[in-house]
Amino acid sequence: MSDKTLIKGARILGAEAADILVENGVITAVGAGAGADSTGAVVVEAAGLIALPGFVDLHTHLRQPGREDAETILSGSQAAAVGGYTAVLAMANTNPVTDTAEAAERVLDLGVAAGYVDVQPVGAVTKGLEGHELAELGLMARSRAAVRVFSDDGKCVHDARVMRRALEYVKAFGGVVSQHAQDPSLAPYGSACCHEGEISGQLGLPGWPGIAEEVIVARDVMLARHTGSRVHIAHVSTAGSVEVVRWAKSQGIDVTCEVTPHHLILTTDELLGYDPTYKVNPPLRPAEDVQALRAALADGTIDAVATDHAPHAKHDKDHAFVDAAFGMLGLETALSVVVTTMVETGLLDWAGVARVLSVNPARIAGLDGHGLEIAVGAPANLTLVDPSAKVTVDRDASVSLSRNNPWHGRELTGAVHATFLRGKATVMEGKLV
Amino acid sequence: MKKHLLSIDDVTVDDIHALFETAAEMHDVQRRDVKKLPALRGKTVINLFFEDSTRTRSSFEIAGKWLSADVINLSAKGSSTSKGESLRDTVLTVTAMGIDGLVMRHSASGAAQQVAGWLRQESSTIPVINAGDGTHEHPTQALLDAYTLTRRLGSLEGRHIAIVGDLTHSRVFRSGVKCLTKLGAEVTVVAPPTLMPSGITAWSKDAGFATSYDVDAVLPTADAVMMLRVQKERMSGGYFPTAREYTVGYGLTRSRLGLLKEGTPILHPGPMNRGLEIAPEAADAASSAVLDQVSAGVAIRMSVLYHLLAGPSAAATTGE
Repeated sequence: MSDKTLIKGARILGAEAADILVENGVITAVGAGAGADSTGAVVVEAAGLIALPGFVDLHTHLRQPGREDAETILSGSQAAAVGGYTAVLAMANTNPVTDTAEAAERVLDLGVAAGYVDVQPVGAVTKGLEGHELAELGLMARSRAAVRVFSDDGKCVHDARVMRRALEYVKAFGGVVSQHAQDPSLAPYGSACCHEGEISGQLGLPGWPGIAEEVIVARDVMLARHTGSRVHIAHVSTAGSVEVVRWAKSQGIDVTCEVTPHHLILTTDELLGYDPTYKVNPPLRPAEDVQALRAALADGTIDAVATDHAPHAKHDKDHAFVDAAFGMLGLETALSVVVTTMVETGLLDWAGVARVLSVNPARIAGLDGHGLEIAVGAPANLTLVDPSAKVTVDRDASVSLSRNNPWHGRELTGAVHATFLRGKATVMEGKLV
Repeated sequence: MKKHLLSIDDVTVDDIHALFETAAEMHDVQRRDVKKLPALRGKTVINLFFEDSTRTRSSFEIAGKWLSADVINLSAKGSSTSKGESLRDTVLTVTAMGIDGLVMRHSASGAAQQVAGWLRQESSTIPVINAGDGTHEHPTQALLDAYTLTRRLGSLEGRHIAIVGDLTHSRVFRSGVKCLTKLGAEVTVVAPPTLMPSGITAWSKDAGFATSYDVDAVLPTADAVMMLRVQKERMSGGYFPTAREYTVGYGLTRSRLGLLKEGTPILHPGPMNRGLEIAPEAADAASSAVLDQVSAGVAIRMSVLYHLLAGPSAAATTGE
């Protein structure tokens, strides 16, 4: 394989067409004349395509180790590449939990072996995600995996004292705690299965009220202020959470947050058929929340889109709604959802898409080689997007091992055409290379 | 009539009247020496109960047997589901035995609807009768309650019916209010705020019924009162402080009987917590309809089984 690639005529962040020359994984020329010396280069015709920095997912469940029937680091990496990603953060709620340096290095190594995206492990905040004792945060940070993001995702670090200590402790190595904001006394794990509101009241489903998220967000921004540390709020889902974060940022508190693609479009209306495909944590919210989340993503209150890609074996969804597993797929469709909800509506331009899918998440996670300007000297982590493609999602076409795909049958706009990880094409014409 | 009875949403007013008409005929069977009718001879009905039940299961069992169906009770609790089998697999296994009707109870809201969806995917024609799904619906209970009231009051058009108790956790309420408002009744539901389902102030308007926290204000105009069971576990959940306080606030006590118009029917789906939500004087009052509800239950379930498994609509079911 050639170590020289010429991407011809791509619109960088939606600007005028330009060429991008990549040699040995690094961008060596950008602009109209970049293709002058293309001898021996693989030429990628990119007329009409948008060039963006490769996407970074702050929130992916790869299920390995423990549930390799639902997803593996390899299959999840492939799904990520198809979705335009060049780096993903692999959540710690595997079995065993990623709560030691050894476990983190194992995830890192499996990611390198897969070779489709950089797989950066997230470390657990507490041992076994149990919320009581801090996991070996420092050893994970010092390991080869250089863990910087810590999360008990799936569970909330609900004890304020433990959260305070975690925030203080990670300051020593520039870490961040990504909080799954769910007060379990207001929204019990397991039973609280859908947004508490008119629809849950009518369907007789145990509700997961927005305040169960908002009280934790409010508490944690105050803890971040008190400790002078950095907190990240995973998957914000309500207008109230957004208001709190907006206020906290105005006070100079070091807080960032993410929204999932599904919370940008799907609403509680999906629950009427009791289809567990739409069971997710935090739950789908009413349309008013969806609108508030879009507005907050547009104005920068929400920093990033993160998928919360949560593959599940079919038999773990074939239960009664309250008994079925939480979560839905997201990696392969995230860009299309962002284009459909944010670009087509005029809320974000392509620089904005780069910001929420790449630049900000890379900065939050501390991934130096990702989310960079497409400029000479930068690692060639790139995604080419067809901005006007109409895609009808087919769950059986997914490269994920799972099929809990809420997007099946929906028409979305925008498609990933190609993905490059340090100059190496992982995806071409929408297909894995 | 639709193929399944999953929710009161599945039946029209005409369907309800047709079910009542058949139920009235079936009701007479209960007083005969020989109770068997041949309507479902050769048909097999499975009562698949994932949740404990004595009265509903035996009511369905008697209903099926008096129609000459072979009725088999399957208690799924503690069997396959505890081994981790999915609900879909459990139900498809049972229905693959070649049965003609599935009566199902499950502790999870929506379970019957999900099962009907899976059967549709498998192109199965077996009707599903919801015998209670979590805190969602219990349509045969609603039908038997409305039938009992119709026999007492005649048409329910414009009649004021109070439903009092733990609304949040009640499938009897959710089905009942739909059925009664369909039949033209004015319904007021009464509960402490902690036992009102989320969002009810908004959706009650669309659904056409009223809500109240004040049972004493509602009872004087009621033409019937339905008391709901209150589970003592709700106290540990913080829904109300003590049983004593609940009784004083929301129970149908002896003194509250005086607020009711003469002869106002008193209903309770059972099992009753005597002394908590209903005083013995109310449960045993001459106007109490509690035992009528039980006998009506058999008649209504015979009617439902007949219509879905043997009636003209069984052959001619069109929609889902």
